[in-house]
Amino acid sequence: MDPLIKVENLRVYFPVRKGIFGKRYFVKAVDGVDLDIYQGQILTLVGESGCGKTTLGKTIAGLIKPTGGKILYKGKDISKLDKRTFLEYRRSVQLVHQDPYSSLNPTKTVFQTLSTPLKRWGIARSRVELVKRVSELLSLVGLKPPEDFLFKYPHQLSGGQRQRVVIARAISVHPELIIADEPITMIDVSLRIGILDLMLDLQKKLKTTYLFITHDFGAARYFAAKGGGLIAVMYLGKIVEIGPAEGVIQDPLHPYTRVLLSAVPVPDPELSRKKKPIKLKSLDIPSPLNPPPGCKFHTRCPFAIKRCETDEPPLIGVKKDHQVACWLYVKR
Amino acid sequence: MAENIIEVKDLRVFYSALRGNVRAVDDVSLEIRNREILGVVGESGSGKSTLALAILRLLPPNAMIVNGSIIYRGKDLVSMNEDELRGIRWREISLIPQAALNALNPTLRIRTHFLETAKAHGINDSKWVYERASKLLELLRLEPDRVLRSFPHELSGGMKQRVLIALAMLLNPKVLILDEPTTALDVLTQRFILDLLKDLHKKTEITMVFITHDIAVIADIADRVAVMYAGKVVEVGDVYTVFKSPKHPYTVALMKSIPSLVGDVREMRSIPGTLPDLINPPPGCRFAPRCPYATDICRTKEPPMIKEGDHVVSCWLYAKR
Repeated sequence: MDPLIKVENLRVYFPVRKGIFGKRYFVKAVDGVDLDIYQGQILTLVGESGCGKTTLGKTIAGLIKPTGGKILYKGKDISKLDKRTFLEYRRSVQLVHQDPYSSLNPTKTVFQTLSTPLKRWGIARSRVELVKRVSELLSLVGLKPPEDFLFKYPHQLSGGQRQRVVIARAISVHPELIIADEPITMIDVSLRIGILDLMLDLQKKLKTTYLFITHDFGAARYFAAKGGGLIAVMYLGKIVEIGPAEGVIQDPLHPYTRVLLSAVPVPDPELSRKKKPIKLKSLDIPSPLNPPPGCKFHTRCPFAIKRCETDEPPLIGVKKDHQVACWLYVKR
Repeated sequence: MAENIIEVKDLRVFYSALRGNVRAVDDVSLEIRNREILGVVGESGSGKSTLALAILRLLPPNAMIVNGSIIYRGKDLVSMNEDELRGIRWREISLIPQAALNALNPTLRIRTHFLETAKAHGINDSKWVYERASKLLELLRLEPDRVLRSFPHELSGGMKQRVLIALAMLLNPKVLILDEPTTALDVLTQRFILDLLKDLHKKTEITMVFITHDIAVIADIADRVAVMYAGKVVEVGDVYTVFKSPKHPYTVALMKSIPSLVGDVREMRSIPGTLPDLINPPPGCRFAPRCPYATDICRTKEPPMIKEGDHVVSCWLYAKR
């Protein structure tokens, strides 16, 4: 089966200038990413701030032009689509952002917000149809009874309810892929799983494909493990490890993943204090303006060998569906 | 058993709003023991930050302490005037407020921050300030000379957080209150700060109050934990006991609602419903509308605090009737 989205050697560089007449530098936000996303799959992208996960998501959504490499949608390069087909692509890939407070227009009611895309794409036209369809969407995202929410303004809703409206807006135009960028970070702790469950439920009902972007390994594990999906770990613009959810969490391969997982506190005093965090050679992330040669993690990696300083490791399969970009796993 | 350094009793803090009073902290009693790390955990709107601000009497103008006392070593902070409070703030009790990373003045070098903090408390001996600051920064594993010379933008998030800890400890306070100190930090920086705080706690005589929404962080660092919900303390106890056998239905539900690295994902679930309106809170137990075990009495009468040794829970399920 062909992937829905195939990302090939994708690079996204942002130019910056030091001083007014200074030399131009490039922030290499995404630097050579290969990724396949299959129909109906759940892919979770985890990484620390500045690793390029949001840029990767936005580029796949067609909001940022890549510097190099290709994004294939059902086999077709999205940079070569004509305007009409590209708009169609933009419809079939929807984004859900982190902040449900700023992603809804405060002057519009829920009904107005949700009926705009329906009218734009000719999914519903008459007012009767619109009310019916919007009500269905609201029940689908758990805002029941819909009559209570149709004519509310964003400020009358809680953070969790707003995020549900944003999700309803994303699914309203029947997208094939939803890119959810930190959708639960600003939601109250006790309601976070509720939003993830809603997204998983919609996947079952509507066969939606997800790219879920987060910095939180716990949330990544929950979403990917419950949805039978994959976790990909990103570091300085590259994917360093990808594999089945519990495989990556319980038995991480890449030193970076191992370091991160060893540092996350867990809600069990005995376990959390027994954990032995793996010590890094340096706490500072190298600047993406001038990333180190070879493996980008070698400056901090406690297991680095000579080869890591010069050669960039490729992603290689180590276990079933579990790949890692690290020389330690290459037999010579 | 260790003596109490701070005793909060029957504290009520309301914010005035257009629709009425927001009962942010409503009848809270809590003791902070000498030299412990007390973790205060709760969601946004639970009143945990308001409690911290009330202890230092740094509440915003629209807030008022309606009732209760905060006894610090025999003296009531609630009835103190500004002059007396100046002797308490930073000298006795320090606070690192939430999102304090942005509180450093971008136009001032770090050393100026130290000098001004000292000056505000009547210390003009800059040599003493530099010596003390250097010692603290070293304890926090920073290079004192370089950091003191730097401007805030030259430091990373983790470094700024450590500078703030050093600033808060400049006058050698007995109690340090930290409000969400690791929330804006990356995983590895968070781990580093947590370990540093544990180390600092071991090496000094300080009492710490650690406020967070993340129960995993509490499990990692605190000796005792107080769980807050909608302006109330619902459960207090030793961390090992509370995490092993949580009693209050809210604590139980909260622990299940965290997507964590351990445990079975199929057993994790969110808490149905939403936080109550704090202007018109429900009568009786505030968790009753979301509680699977709620009975009639929960919906009408406020639950008492039930003590079982060191473990205190405010829930009708444990009351002998």
